[in-house]
This record gives sequence, structure tokens and C-alpha cells, in this order.
Amino acid sequence: MTTTPVSPSTGRSVPKPAFTDAEAGAREFPDSGNRRFTYFNPAKRKQSHYEDVTVEVQPDPRHYLSQGWLYGFADGTGGYPLEWTALKAWGSDRPEPERFPGSGGKGYDWPAHGWHEFRDPNEEWELTLYRYNSNVVRQVNQNVENARQAKAFEQWNPNWTRFVERNIGAWMHVDHGLGLYLYANAQRRAPTNMHNNAISVNSMHRIRAAQDLALYNLTLSDVVPGFDGSAHLEAWDSDPAWQGVREVAEQLTGIWDWAEAVFAGNVVFEPLVGELFRSQLVQQVAPRNGDFVTPTVVGAAEYDFAERDLRYTTAMFDLLTTDREYADHNKATMRAWLSAWVPRAIRAARALQPLWSQTDAKPPRFEDSLDAAKSRFAGIVTDLHLDVPKLS
Amino acid sequence: MSRQSVAKAHQKIQELSWEPQYHQPVSHYGTDYTFRKAAKKDPLKQVLRSYFPMQEEKDHRVYGAQDGAIRGNMFRQVQERWLEWQKLFLSIIPLPEISAARAMPLLFRTVPNPELHNGQAIQMIDEVRHSTIQQNLKRLYMNNYIDPAGFNSSLRNFQNDYCGTIGRQFAEGFITGDAITAASIYLTIVAETAFTNTLFVAMPAEAAANGDYLLPTVFHSVQSDESRHISNGYATLLMALSDESNHQLLERDLRYAWWNNHAVVDAAIGTFIEYGTKDRRKDRESYAEMWRRWIYDDYYRSYLVPLEKYGLVIPHDLIEEAWNRIWNKGYVHEVAQFFATGWLANYWRIDPMTDKDFEWFEYKYPGWYDRYGKWWENYNRLSKPNGHHPIVAEDVDYVYPHRCWTCMVPCLIREDMVMDEVDGQWRTYCSEPCHWTDATAFRPTYQGRETPNMGQLIGKREWETLYHGWNWADIVSDMGYVRDDGKTMVAQPHLDLDDPKKMWTLDHLRRMPPVQSPNVVLNEMTDAERQAFAADYVRQGPAGRPAPAES
Repeated sequence: MTTTPVSPSTGRSVPKPAFTDAEAGAREFPDSGNRRFTYFNPAKRKQSHYEDVTVEVQPDPRHYLSQGWLYGFADGTGGYPLEWTALKAWGSDRPEPERFPGSGGKGYDWPAHGWHEFRDPNEEWELTLYRYNSNVVRQVNQNVENARQAKAFEQWNPNWTRFVERNIGAWMHVDHGLGLYLYANAQRRAPTNMHNNAISVNSMHRIRAAQDLALYNLTLSDVVPGFDGSAHLEAWDSDPAWQGVREVAEQLTGIWDWAEAVFAGNVVFEPLVGELFRSQLVQQVAPRNGDFVTPTVVGAAEYDFAERDLRYTTAMFDLLTTDREYADHNKATMRAWLSAWVPRAIRAARALQPLWSQTDAKPPRFEDSLDAAKSRFAGIVTDLHLDVPKLS
Repeated sequence: MSRQSVAKAHQKIQELSWEPQYHQPVSHYGTDYTFRKAAKKDPLKQVLRSYFPMQEEKDHRVYGAQDGAIRGNMFRQVQERWLEWQKLFLSIIPLPEISAARAMPLLFRTVPNPELHNGQAIQMIDEVRHSTIQQNLKRLYMNNYIDPAGFNSSLRNFQNDYCGTIGRQFAEGFITGDAITAASIYLTIVAETAFTNTLFVAMPAEAAANGDYLLPTVFHSVQSDESRHISNGYATLLMALSDESNHQLLERDLRYAWWNNHAVVDAAIGTFIEYGTKDRRKDRESYAEMWRRWIYDDYYRSYLVPLEKYGLVIPHDLIEEAWNRIWNKGYVHEVAQFFATGWLANYWRIDPMTDKDFEWFEYKYPGWYDRYGKWWENYNRLSKPNGHHPIVAEDVDYVYPHRCWTCMVPCLIREDMVMDEVDGQWRTYCSEPCHWTDATAFRPTYQGRETPNMGQLIGKREWETLYHGWNWADIVSDMGYVRDDGKTMVAQPHLDLDDPKKMWTLDHLRRMPPVQSPNVVLNEMTDAERQAFAADYVRQGPAGRPAPAES
């Protein structure tokens, strides 16, 4: 008879623990010491924790996916086609292994093609992304709270208040729109889990930055007399200074090719427009107008881009411009993207020029700010082994 | 959050979205649904300023528990029978999770409600969390459990294994085809709302009973996110319902999604819970009892039925038939028997059932022993190599089944098998709803209506086709299910690691007859042979027994 273990003190039925000695090292047998994931080659000598939780989660019919994708779109396309970008990594043109009765299931040796060589230098996975973003929101929150308690906003003059309510407010629409419709959209489309996870983290940086600004706006509406918390809507909808940025932002969300979208966003738009606004304008002019709080909020987003999002972007495109098979093809493709997107970004940047004269204490000259942004952009492009396009 | 209330903050972030003035966002994905009315509010009301610290705190608890488990030598009390099945489960589940992240953008253009997009973006990053936290758990098992084989080859093996392929539908169904069918109905309305209860609540409870308290730690943390995702799906469903032209598609998609989830999830999770446990207390719930509580009562009666008044046509017949398959037709037992029959094509070890297990099964499922007892006794008898073949090649009154073209679980309830020529190929299906899914639902027209965005079933859907005519030893080598001595198999039909002579090697398989693909053979038959085959097949079973001789 089966007996049900019963707790002697309470009479409750409970599972009965048993000593099984099922821990590592208890016995030796084939594979007993083989304690690493064996299905991929690490980028360095030893597999990293990031690689272990990321690599090969998104399968590839060229490796081990012997039966192929099982569900397709209406045109029969399934999974993550390499053709969703014009860029190519070595091996991209190798056909998927053919399967037929008796074909067997073996694919190409890992990695099969160069897309799988990308590793996010930020090594983002869930533990890192929550730690990082929690630290950011806590710090931003504390900065704003501290400023409120110290009555720091009382130093603001009316022109600076107008500047913040309209222009800092307008930028949150850029962050939100790109975060959702460029980056979150792109993370469905790249060929490996390493790409898509890095892009999804980028997406959350932008959406979080947008919300940081929106909640900052809410605080300012409470504590700064006369602060119009909805003025950003009018600025974003109809202020001529912002319409250039808005037009490019909308155009960025319309890009079909996922790699072009990330390239145009992080290699072109952010250095020439985003950093121009954040680093060359807001960070410069705010202290001169008695505001030491706004730079800390905007600075968090600047750090997201400069130290993390740009870092993975550079690593991702650098692999492609130095690809052993398609470097020239990729550089030509990226040159075409630069030709299309740089003039649009420069136009949007120039349209922002009136912002440089709206405050009582003035920032550096607009042309000097733009030159600094261009110089930064040129450095990024050069690092990617691309020629710097004409920046007029 | 600081002094700002979540509600006020959430209201503020609604100001962030804007209608395009100059260019439209790219439209990558299509749907045959229309959304013209009844914009819904974002049900999550989640603001990232509170979301990130909340998730970080949940992480602290998970990783603290993992440290504690290792320091407290949890693996000295883990049941190997249980953890072996985790080699399958944890190889499957990170892909569905990350696919759910990838699915969210399918809804951006197709559900024109910016307020809902905020919730979808948070779901996206939640899913990145789930996928990587589950990979990390598997890594921990690999490092600390006695037998790392199968964990260490997990993502190679999952991708070419016949069980992994069944599970992969639970990912690919989210990311392709009609955007609403995939990312809303299949993913959030059925998979997350109905079946995560058995996946992430019922199964971890069983893990704890088998000495593993890390699975509950990780998966209950995951499930606390799922409840938010369910709200995403509900809001989209209400929007879809408000437009009557969607009702026909909703009926189609609910039938497909319900039946496919049942076929796939109940096959896998039912097997893990019933055949992976050592806890045979008679008052612990069986999978059937759990299913009745979590799925029939909580999902069907409490969630789905109230939606009927809004015009949702609920597949009452399929829900009752799913229950009928589980309770009367032995679905879970048939699947477990098949997985054990094919143990040699897997990458985990399957423990034989004992008298104690038999007694529990008979108590919970009266009549079980008459159906399955003898076969499991044979499994036990044939578990150690002793001059015989693995059970699949021995005469144990079991007819190797044909595979269902749609759900890819074999046609195990023999009397329900449907055979049809579809797209110029003879196919078998486990049931009429699976036949309907392929022949009727996944088509560019449905009941006379154009459905140009509906997806397709693609791929080499019968695993055996690839290895038609191959020797088993070559198959196992080709798939990579071999340990680091180059000959001992990862899979074993027992848990004994003490004596290498008791472990099966490629040499044992070399003597077996070659594999024959049932589908290839079916298509080589004459019409008369095929009709005779079908007539015989539906008379087979239960427990895979040959059809009785005609009197």
C-alpha cells in the first residue's frame, strides 16, 4: 500500500524529503565533468555569463534547426530572415541546408555565418538591465526630490521656465517615439538573439528617458509657479524649431530595414541631433540659468546613449564594416544610408537654432555647438571605417 | 515612486505619444482584423520609475534563493527523475519567452492605440527577463546537478529533437502570420492566460515536492509578470470584439489557439507532472485535477464564458473534448508512453515506473494499469542493455504512431486519427481540430472570406522524414546526443549512473533495424493500401496496442 506521509505534529499531508545525493561530483561517468554549454564558441577564451544566457536561444536553420521554421507569414517566410536588412555578414549567401527524406539534420558548423559573432559589449541580460535602470531611476528621483526640498527651482527665471516646459518637454516625444517604433520594432527583426536583446535594452533606455522627462515635468508643474505642464504638446506639434526634429523622428520610424533603422538612429541622429540638444545645449545652458537639476535628468539619458547604446552599436556595425566577405558591400550600403540621413539630421539640427537664443544666460554659439556635434559624429563614423560625409 | 501617485504619473506619460504629421511608421506586419472603435485604456498602469526597482527587488529574491540553494546543498535532495525532465522543459521555454518579446511589435501598427503600446513595451522587456533568467537557471542546474549531459547541449538538442519541435510551436506561433492571431489570441489570450497557470504555477509546485525549490523561485517570479500580460491581451480582445467583422476571425483563432495549446502544453507539462514526480501521496493533485481547477474553472468558466455576452464565440466543444482527452482518452499517459518509447532520440534520462507509481496511477486514473501497466513493466525490463534492443524495436504490443502534421504530437488516440491529402501530400492528424487547422484555418480564405494575412504551416514537420532509412546510431550521432566519451548516449531509459555497463552506447543501437518514416511510407502506398492502413489505425490502442484481429 502507498502511504501518505503525514506530519506528526499537524497531521498535514506533506511531501517527504529524501536524500538522493544528486549533486555535482557525487559520481564519475561520461560527461559528468562537462559543465559548459557545448553548442557555441565563446568570443573569448572562456564563455561569459552573458553568452550563456543569450547565445543560440533564437535558433537558426543553418545550425541545429533541422526541421526548419514551423510557422510562417502569409508568404511562407518564417523566423528571422537574413534578408530583413541589406547588410551581409560572411556566410550570408550560403543556402539553408536542404532537408528531404533521409537528408539527416546536420547544418553548417557553428557559427555558420558572421551574424552570430556579435556580442553586446555591455553584456546586457535581465540582471544587468534591471540593476542599471533601477539605479538610474533612483538617482533621478533623488536628484529631483533633493532639488524640490532645497527649493532649487526658485532660482529659475521665467525665460528658463519657458525653455524647460517647451523644449525639454518636446524632447520626451522623441525618446518615446523612437523607443517604441524604431527600437522596440527593430528587436523583432535582427537575425540573432544577441542583436535583438541589445536593441530591446536600447528601446527601454529611450522609453525610460521619455518617462523620466514626463515625470520631471509633472513635478515642475507642482512646484514651479507658472510652469505650464502641457506646453510641450504645442511645441512638439507646431513650434517651427521642433518640426525638423519631428519630421526626422517620424521618418526614422518608417525605415523598413532594421539595421538601417538602428544605424540612422544611433550613428547619425543621436550624435548630430540628440547630443547636440542634450550635451551642447541643455547641459551648457542650464547651469548658467541657475538650474542644476535638469542636467542630471538629461544626463542620465546622455549616459545611456554615449556609454551603452552607442557602445553596442559600434561593436555591431564594426563587425560588418570589417567583415571578411562583405566589408565593401556593407560600407557601400552604409555610405548610402549616410547620404540619405545626414542631410536630414543636419536640417533638423539647424532648425533647432532658435533655441540657442531663448534663455537669459546664453549657451555657446550655435555654430560652435553644431561643430562639436559634427566632430563627435565624424569620430564615430571614422571608428566604423567609413568616410565622413560632407556635413554642411 | 516619489510623491506622485502611480495613477497620476501614468496619466502624465500618456502625453508622450503623438500622431504622425509627416511620415507614417513602417508597417511590417498585417492583420485581417479591423480596429475602428472603442479605444481601451492601458490596463497595466505601469510606470518605469517604479517598474525597474520592482523587478530588481524580485531579482534580489531569486538570486538570493539560488545562493541559498547551493549553500544548503539542495541537490542532495533533488529527485533525478524530476530534474531529468527539466532538461527538456528548460531547453524549450527560453525560446517561447523571447518570442513573446519579439511578438510585441506585431501589435504596434495593427492595434492603433498608443496607450496599449506602453504596456506592450513593458511586456517586451519582461519577456527578455524571463528568457535570460530561465537560461540562467538551466546553467545553475548544469553546474550543480549530478548529470550535466543534456543541460550542456540544451539549445542544440532542443532545436533538432522531436519533442523540442513540438514545443517550438509555443514560440513560433507568437511571431508569424496574422499579427492579431499570433501576438494577441495565441500568445496572450490563450497561452498566457490559460496555460501559464499549469506551466508556471502547477509545475513548480511539483518541483518543490521533488526537492527542487529553485524552479518555483524562478517561475513564480516569472508568473508575477504574466498576470500583467494577461491584462494586455484582455484589452486588445475587448477592442477586437467591439467590431463585429472580427467575430468570425476571433472564433477561428480561439479554436486554433485553444486546441494547439492543449495539444502541446498538456502533452509536455502533463508528462512532467505525472511521470516526473516521486511524490505519490494520494491526496496530491493529479494533472487532471490541476487542469480542472486551473484551466477549466479558472480560465474557461471564469474568464472566457463571461466574454460570451460581448459576442465572443467560445469553443465549448473543444474545451470539453480537451477534458475528454485528458480524463477519458488518456492523453497524458499516451504521450508519456510515446516519449519513453522514443527515449533514445532524446537528451534526458527517463526513469522506469515502479509498483508505487502504478498504485498511484490506478488510484488517480482508475483502469490505468490495464491500459499501461504491462507496457511500463516491459520498459523496466528492457531498461538496461542485455542483448536486446531499446524498447522501440522490441515486440511489446506497441505500434509506432504516425505524427500529427499540425501539432506534431503523434496521433496517439488512435480512433481520432484523420488522414487527408492536403497540398498534394497525404498527411495524418491527431484529431479533427488539428486537421481543420491545417486544411481550413491556415489558409488565405476562410469560410469564403479573404484572409490574406493568415500564416502558413511550414517546415519539415515530421521528424522521422529526415532520418528515413538511417541507422539509429547514426541518427543519435547526427543529432549530437552522445556523451564526451564519444559513444555513451546522453539519453538512458533508467537513472543508474553507477556502472558504465548499464548505460546504452551507440554500439547497442548499431544492431537495430533502420528507421522508417511513417509519412514517407504513407505516401508510397497505393490508395487501397492507405485506406486499409487508416481503417486499421483507428482500431488500434489504447496504449498503442495493435488493432484486434477482425472476428
